[in-house]
Amino acid sequence: MKSLIMGTAALALAAGMAFAQGQTIRMGTEGAYPPYNFINDAGEVDGFERELGDELCKRAELTCEWVKNDWDSIIPNLVSGNYDTIMAGMSITDERDQVIDFTQNYFPPTASAYVAASDGVDVLNGVVAAQTATIQAGHVAESGATLVEFATPEETIAAVRNGEADAVLADYDFLVPLVEESSGELMFVGEPVPLGGGIGMGLRESDGELRDRFDAIITEMKADGSLNTMLKKWFGEDTTTY
Amino acid sequence: MSECLQTIHDYALRSIGIGERLLPRDGFTLCEQVTLIGSGMIWNVYFGVMALFTGFFLATALAVAKGSANPWARKPAEWFIFVFRGSPLFIQFFFAYFLFLSLKNVNSFFDPFTAAWLGALIVLFFNTAAYSGEIFYGALRSIPKGDIEAADAYGMSGWSRFRRIIWPTMLRLAWPAYTNEAIFLFHATTLVFFSGFPAWQQRGDALYYASYFADKTFNPFVPYPILAGYFILFTLAIVGTFGLINKRLNRHLPSENRSKIGLRFNPIR
Amino acid sequence: MFSYCSDPDTLGTFRWFSCYLTTGVHMSFYVAFLKVLLLLAITAPVALGFGFLGAMAARARFAPLRWFGKTYIAIVRGVPDIAFFLFFVIALDQAFEYMRHKVLCPDWDQPIRQGSDFVVCTAAKLPLSTAPQWMHETYGFLLAVVTFAIVFGAFAANVLFGGMRAVPRAQLETAEAYGMSQRQTFWRILVPQMWVYALPGLSNLWMVLIKATPLLFLLGIEDIVYWARELGGTKTSRFTDYPHGDWRMWYFLFLLIFYLAFTRVSEIVLERLMQKLTHGQATSGGEAQRRAAA
Repeated sequence: MKSLIMGTAALALAAGMAFAQGQTIRMGTEGAYPPYNFINDAGEVDGFERELGDELCKRAELTCEWVKNDWDSIIPNLVSGNYDTIMAGMSITDERDQVIDFTQNYFPPTASAYVAASDGVDVLNGVVAAQTATIQAGHVAESGATLVEFATPEETIAAVRNGEADAVLADYDFLVPLVEESSGELMFVGEPVPLGGGIGMGLRESDGELRDRFDAIITEMKADGSLNTMLKKWFGEDTTTY
Repeated sequence: MSECLQTIHDYALRSIGIGERLLPRDGFTLCEQVTLIGSGMIWNVYFGVMALFTGFFLATALAVAKGSANPWARKPAEWFIFVFRGSPLFIQFFFAYFLFLSLKNVNSFFDPFTAAWLGALIVLFFNTAAYSGEIFYGALRSIPKGDIEAADAYGMSGWSRFRRIIWPTMLRLAWPAYTNEAIFLFHATTLVFFSGFPAWQQRGDALYYASYFADKTFNPFVPYPILAGYFILFTLAIVGTFGLINKRLNRHLPSENRSKIGLRFNPIR
Repeated sequence: MFSYCSDPDTLGTFRWFSCYLTTGVHMSFYVAFLKVLLLLAITAPVALGFGFLGAMAARARFAPLRWFGKTYIAIVRGVPDIAFFLFFVIALDQAFEYMRHKVLCPDWDQPIRQGSDFVVCTAAKLPLSTAPQWMHETYGFLLAVVTFAIVFGAFAANVLFGGMRAVPRAQLETAEAYGMSQRQTFWRILVPQMWVYALPGLSNLWMVLIKATPLLFLLGIEDIVYWARELGGTKTSRFTDYPHGDWRMWYFLFLLIFYLAFTRVSEIVLERLMQKLTHGQATSGGEAQRRAAA
């Protein structure tokens, strides 16, 4: 195992020659999806992906600069070259993979979950809220429930609280803190839904070298346990690890 | 070609819930994009036409009230116009949705108000009434004194003087600016689902479908220009229709005066 | 900000708010107000310039130029600004980089479009990827200014075109009778007089421009509505020292007051300007001023 890692690391080093040490890489994120990425009290990008991204850059000996971008245009801006990577809680899906490249996932395939204001909500026939144009919205549309789409995640939760929707389908880890702090008002209902192939870092297809380099470092971090430490720090002891 | 006909059959009325339940999910063709975005235009036209039509009457009332000597009529009209003209539509939608949600808890009569077809329509109605009201008010102030004196000389007063002299003249003077207001309102209808009201069962307006495709194909350079194309066509239609009405409003005037009319007024809002 | 802010949970309401409202994110929120004002201050004259050029093109004698002017006005006015913003900035950015690429890297042999990627040589990047973040932000800001100016320039062109036509024909004929050339008539007679006819339309345009600023986020600028949404949203104690519920209502209320106040101030200033421009003009307003003074 160890020699394999050494091998990939050496390979990565050879492949990464084009990226000089200390070169600046711009990392695109959304900054509105805790705990993956959010804006902290000081106004900086913070969260699991910030910490992971900084570590990746450190190990790759690159300087990283974080850039916020609206979710809707996050991929067009990447392919157009306004930043070099996306770390924004972006699930690896086939349709995205056709346009951009992903590293291996740095977050295991996640479950999305339903949250409702009362027990016994029928999530397959009721009214279910989701953020516009997310994989969750696509899933609800197919599930047979009545889909109601809101522009931001905030509004989907508000819709459940005020009764516009029976339940909301969103990423499990996004919902956990909200449910915990709602003092019993919100609760998980129904079965979790596995969606997407985990979360990975998105890069331009023409940036093969950079992708291989980050990919190798993610492998390395999975092996030495540092990724698991971060996952536990941000998502709790019970989270799935590698 | 026949494939495209099938697509049109499946999706042309998708925005009002008729046709295929699921939106296309892969291998997006140009035909699908044109059809669905066109289908969404139904909502833009609905909001535009309904708000403009209903707003027209409130605007007339507001203009008269703002021009009135009675402060009980003037002050509310002034404030109404100021608030709706002075704040972004964005924020108006936000507050309206919030208000309708709270009203809903008070009485089930308000249930339909949180849906876009009614709630957003009300906001657009107030918004266009405020803008048009200001335009009409400007026109009212510019009615030639002679016209009113002539009406008095004919023994007209009150309602008949208003209906037969003041109102038509006001419209005639306000028309070019009002045309622009109609165009702006039509464009503003794209904000309904973009930031204001939720879309139910993926029934949205043209921008909703355009951004759906932009999000799925990650290529903004196809769906948004299609959307733009639709809007240019419909804007030309508005300009044409309003031009015909303008001709009718001005038909009694000697021809060289016509082109000058309204140039003193706000050509756009 | 203040020394007592280290442990917000223990603070009383007043002190809690004094800490909460001075956090780094709130500072970004306040800076966003300045950004919006700056953008308006820069965009207005640039858009006016675009409008002036557009209006001149639309009344040019040279037919292709006239078609160009008229098409510009018709197309940009026909498209909702929001639809325009959603794809235009990226296109504009790519166009700039493409031109730089052609000039700076003539030996580049790879295609610029590789699948969906848009790849130009490193030297053609705008700004260079080594540039500090503030340069990227300034560049984004400039792109936003240009986009706004193109959109509002079309409306301004339409207004100025109307204003130019509204100048009484007799004024221009008089100038010709005095032996002025085309150019002299345009600059000395037409341009000074058209403003008074165009001002009502231009003031309206200014009002619309103010209210279009919430769309700035689509152009990659973190404007006040973006921050209001971000700050007002529910915050759980895991990610902030200042947890709170859904406060968007209060933030939006604040924005509402800001926009209303800004509109009111603009109305007053524009009214004064109108008074000034009317002075000495051959309009009923100018006539009224003359009589009042006499």
